[in-house]
Amino acid sequence: MRKLILHSSPLLRYAVGVTLLLSVGCSKPVAPPAIELTALITIPDGMYRPLYPGKSEPAEVVLSGFLLEEHAVTNQQFLSFVKINPRWQRSRVRSLFADKGYLQHWVGDVELATDSELSPVTNVSWFAARAYAEWAGRRLPTLAEWEYISMASETSAYGRDEKGYNQLILNWYGKVTPPIPPAVRFRVANFFGVYDMHGLIWEWVDDFNSALVTGESRGNSALDRNLFCGSGSIGSADPSDYAAFMRFAFRSSLEAHYTTRNQGFRCAADLK
Amino acid sequence: MFKFSFTIMGSLVLTSALAASQATLGGGEDTPGVNITASNDGSEILPLSTTGYNNSWGPIMGEENAVLTSPPFVPAPITRNHATKLIVDLEVIEFTAPIADGVDYTFWTYGGTVPGSFIRTRVGDIVEFNLHNDPSSKMPHNIDLHAVTGPGGGAASSFTSPGHTSQFSFQVTIPGLYVYHCATAPVGMHIANGMYGLILVEPAKGLAPADKEYYVMQGDFYTEGAYGEAGHQAFDMNKAIHEDADYVLFNGSVGALVGDKALTAEVGETIRLFVGNGGPNLVSSFHVIGEIFDRVHVEGGTMVNENVQTTLVPSGGSVITEFKVEVPGNLVIVDHSIFRTFNKGALGMITVTGPEDLTVYSGKQDDRIYQGEGGAVQRVPTAGSNQIPATRDMAKRMELGKRTYEANCMACHQVNGAGIAGAFPPLAKSDYMMADRNRAINIMLEGLAGKITVNGTDYDSIMPKIVMSDDDVANVLTYVLNSWGNKADKVKLSEVKAAKAKKASGH
Repeated sequence: MRKLILHSSPLLRYAVGVTLLLSVGCSKPVAPPAIELTALITIPDGMYRPLYPGKSEPAEVVLSGFLLEEHAVTNQQFLSFVKINPRWQRSRVRSLFADKGYLQHWVGDVELATDSELSPVTNVSWFAARAYAEWAGRRLPTLAEWEYISMASETSAYGRDEKGYNQLILNWYGKVTPPIPPAVRFRVANFFGVYDMHGLIWEWVDDFNSALVTGESRGNSALDRNLFCGSGSIGSADPSDYAAFMRFAFRSSLEAHYTTRNQGFRCAADLK
Repeated sequence: MFKFSFTIMGSLVLTSALAASQATLGGGEDTPGVNITASNDGSEILPLSTTGYNNSWGPIMGEENAVLTSPPFVPAPITRNHATKLIVDLEVIEFTAPIADGVDYTFWTYGGTVPGSFIRTRVGDIVEFNLHNDPSSKMPHNIDLHAVTGPGGGAASSFTSPGHTSQFSFQVTIPGLYVYHCATAPVGMHIANGMYGLILVEPAKGLAPADKEYYVMQGDFYTEGAYGEAGHQAFDMNKAIHEDADYVLFNGSVGALVGDKALTAEVGETIRLFVGNGGPNLVSSFHVIGEIFDRVHVEGGTMVNENVQTTLVPSGGSVITEFKVEVPGNLVIVDHSIFRTFNKGALGMITVTGPEDLTVYSGKQDDRIYQGEGGAVQRVPTAGSNQIPATRDMAKRMELGKRTYEANCMACHQVNGAGIAGAFPPLAKSDYMMADRNRAINIMLEGLAGKITVNGTDYDSIMPKIVMSDDDVANVLTYVLNSWGNKADKVKLSEVKAAKAKKASGH
């Protein structure tokens, strides 16, 4: 059965994985002490301009206000989580939920590498990120929420048109990934008071598969023209936003159980 | 009875198809490199082999791991006379390395080199392609091989996240020299960062033998800073969109094919160059100074042109050139859009050693006085350095001077200061230069025209005034006055400024 799942389509695995997760997680996880979680920033209602609006969707949509963690989840925080929830420890996690690279940068199941406590946790799968978020009483941000916050510069909610904004992001994409990223709050906070939306790590979102760039990014099929990045750049709302393309391209290469050396996550929550 | 005649017919068809599909390129002995005829045009309908693949090129027998090589070398010519299953393992690695002296760039590469590893196949091979994306990669990557017939040239099936491998398989059905490159969005950026290489599909009978085969691939690079600006340079998307290249390079860095990394050959040998152009934007006017291409496989395809001086290599295209070298010396590989060669780095070398042939090339036979109109001294503008500390130690002046020398002076005075006989005087152990320090400074500032005698030989030429900062003048003069057997005190910034002031006041 496991073999069948592992070799079947990503969609099937996603569905099976989520079902299993929900069923397995029926024993209520022990809640963390509140002091260890990251502070939440209140994000008010805003207008979000999706990069790939659907055919009948408007260029701008109202995004309801929400709460977002100020910085990504750190190794230290994730360590607390796996100590209390041992089935998410490296040697015990099920391969359906995380591939072989899971937490490979840690020294042991519950032991971090030196000086990595405040670095964002990486090598975590989408399933693991969701499990942490649920344990914390929170959730993963949606793609819309994440992209909305990511568009901000230091001084404005829409930094995309500022001179040098895209180049700054592309510069980071051009740099080689260090084995352990620097500590969170790497640069100054953006307009919303949120840190590290760019320049530190890639981040999981809840619906990462919802806008797909295919591997063939020049596109020769009329069927999915607006998803292919070659013609997708024509179909996108802002063809100059190469940095956003690359994030979409990166997300499209992922499957929910993948762990990546330079990807972590942060949590969001609904406004009460 | 029916079965019997069918079998006869079947084998006759198979045999004639095999014969027809033999390429006539080379044939080896009598007519080297006449033309490749891909005469299997698919009009013969052959029974499928048991594997289900088209076996117009004979049955697929066995399997082997492809030998991949780093530029400028290529794998040995294929000797098997049958198609096979060829397993290719190609790794994508992103890393930072020098693109020029003192300038670092983050390259995205296939196989750890720019261009990526050379893949050598035979027509009819089934290639099982494994694309590995190193876990430290920032980006997902894929591959589009122009040799592939299928969606995206393979790109649709090879989209690979960091720390994963994609496998897909294709049959190479048409001989030729093909580019491969990454096709992940944004495609231009992936290519501009060095993600390209060549895959050769040999015709069934192989290529004519050549004594030396080399792999050269041109690419244009776009950096935030100007050409030569020191430090780590990021990719500049805006310049790439405007096709305003800072570097145009053979094999991924300035000087990749120069000095001790020059290609080599002996007099009398035939050289075959597998030449690619990764782009992303510029077309190349490919030329080797001092040679004529005996045969040019136009655009890496079937047509062969002969006796060509300069050939075009389209962006995302290739060419195969073959020439026999007749005399010793340095041949210079260039893009004949010539400012790319002298100001952006598109320069490589082939060092040919062996006996002279004075009939084919005599060297300078005579030098006489000519009382002509006389040329004006031209100004050559160059970029100066930005930082100018007032004093530097000897070691620093030598280091910076060497860099300035290579960027501005080496083209004429050569890498070892030897100059070019009859044209440009030597700097190595130059009595003329060492005799008068101030004169040397003034030549840098004003240029020089007219006859001079250096080490007993007359030179009557023009050195243009090189516009550069005072600091660069002090650096490069310190370097030449202390290299190749020369020895002198370091040239100070104050000396250069004094010479300038004296000139301005009309001495």
